[in-house]
Amino acid sequence: RRDVLVLTPWLAPIVWEGTFNRDILNAQYMQKNLVTGVVTFAVKKYWFFIEGFMSSANKYFLAGHQVNFYLFTDNPEQISHLQMAPENHLFVIAVQNHSQWQDISMSRMDIISRYIRSQFQYEVDYLYSIDIDVQLFEHIGVEIIDTLVGTISSWQYTARRESKSYETRTESQAAIPKGEGDFYYTASFYGGSVAEVYKLTRACFKGVMEDRENDIEARWHDESHLNKYLLYHKPTRLLSPEYYWDEEL
Amino acid sequence: RRQDVLTVTPWLAPIVWEGTFNSEILDSAYRPLNLTIGVTAFAIGKYTRFVGHFLESAEKHFMKGYRVNYYIFTDNPETIPDVQLQPGRRFVIVPIKKYPSWQEISMRRMEAINKHIAETSHREVDYLFCLDIDMVFYNAWGPETLGDMVAAIHPGYFNVPRSQFPYERRSSSAAYIPDGEGDFYYGGAVFGGLVKKVYEFTKTCHMTILMDKANGIMAAWQEESHLNRHFLSHKPSKVLSPEYLWDDRKPKPPEIHLIRFSTVDKNYKEVRD
Repeated sequence: RRDVLVLTPWLAPIVWEGTFNRDILNAQYMQKNLVTGVVTFAVKKYWFFIEGFMSSANKYFLAGHQVNFYLFTDNPEQISHLQMAPENHLFVIAVQNHSQWQDISMSRMDIISRYIRSQFQYEVDYLYSIDIDVQLFEHIGVEIIDTLVGTISSWQYTARRESKSYETRTESQAAIPKGEGDFYYTASFYGGSVAEVYKLTRACFKGVMEDRENDIEARWHDESHLNKYLLYHKPTRLLSPEYYWDEEL
Repeated sequence: RRQDVLTVTPWLAPIVWEGTFNSEILDSAYRPLNLTIGVTAFAIGKYTRFVGHFLESAEKHFMKGYRVNYYIFTDNPETIPDVQLQPGRRFVIVPIKKYPSWQEISMRRMEAINKHIAETSHREVDYLFCLDIDMVFYNAWGPETLGDMVAAIHPGYFNVPRSQFPYERRSSSAAYIPDGEGDFYYGGAVFGGLVKKVYEFTKTCHMTILMDKANGIMAAWQEESHLNRHFLSHKPSKVLSPEYLWDDRKPKPPEIHLIRFSTVDKNYKEVRD
């Protein structure tokens, strides 16, 4: 691929179709006997997306490898029986809902970090947080597996640095100084080793809480905090916007 | 950004060329980690004559601003010159025995490095590079080279088709690579990574070298053949372009913007005697 950037200035690969050979990567991955977890939230009306997400992810996400899906929902009864591939497991976890979707969005960071600490760290090696209102149309495989992984937002892919949607008000913990910033990452798909995701979600939630105490809310909520974190803790691998495409574009 | 060369391998390991990385960003990520980088180099017999120039040039260009330990393996400690080092950088002589032939000397390096890691350097360094001594640094070699397991592309073979790589082609050797297989031809003069990974790597190479010895065969390019076999089955996590392993006798092609580490012109017959 010569038409796109395939390596960041800190030498993290940017994963685009055509840059990798999945067979080679699968062979390497198999050697290591790894388990990957996926965390997703279906709160309030989002229960509607569960079936679409789960059936496509079950088919296309790390197919052939062991995946634990952790589905957080306030409505466990709404979940119809989902047939899982033999290597995959589904864990349904009940959560409370909040009044505003932004609160739900930002408490995800807290929930994820708490569950990593109490449970996930013993069950998986790598963990990915993915928004439920997506469907997979193509295989997403082991090319996503690395220590700290961010996905470049499709909306922001060609935006110049000044127009990226970073939080700029210095009162917010998510503020990024003018002129800084590598990429704009989407909060809809990120992950990495369970240890790194723990640090990330803890740091982001801390930022959220401090903002709350100072009566300010970041422009794009948890995504603003995520972008701040990944600016100062560079991801070891980036996923191109192919990995999270908004149909509206 | 480089569009004239391959900058990522099919297993998503970066290939490091000038223009692909930003040293400031890398330094700001690595300096705070307070790392110590080790370097092994073998100066046996007449090869001790290269030590002074190697170290002087390393002091100017290798991992500036980081703690560095040079481990010079030699059969002749008295001939090693005293070189002035920058603060935070140390120089240690590791006495070893000299083998009768230059091929044997070359191949025993894997065993010696492995033994030394187990006894000493695993406690002293985070990353370890194993370099040939008959070389000189001409330009910066920095944290862009750090990775779990790092190999360098041999300068003679970066632009040729795979069928021309001088892999060991006899199936009786443990270093055998069949036709049609192989990613790159890596040079034996440069390899490195996390000290734990280098330990595992040198152990495996030494084992395959011994297997060949027991079967009465010596690989085409000695330990370099074994290194290539190993890196085919256990892909490096980072690959260095030939900027990091150049041969001054070659004319500089357009893809090579900067020569960082290169051979010293020498009379092979004379110095290997």
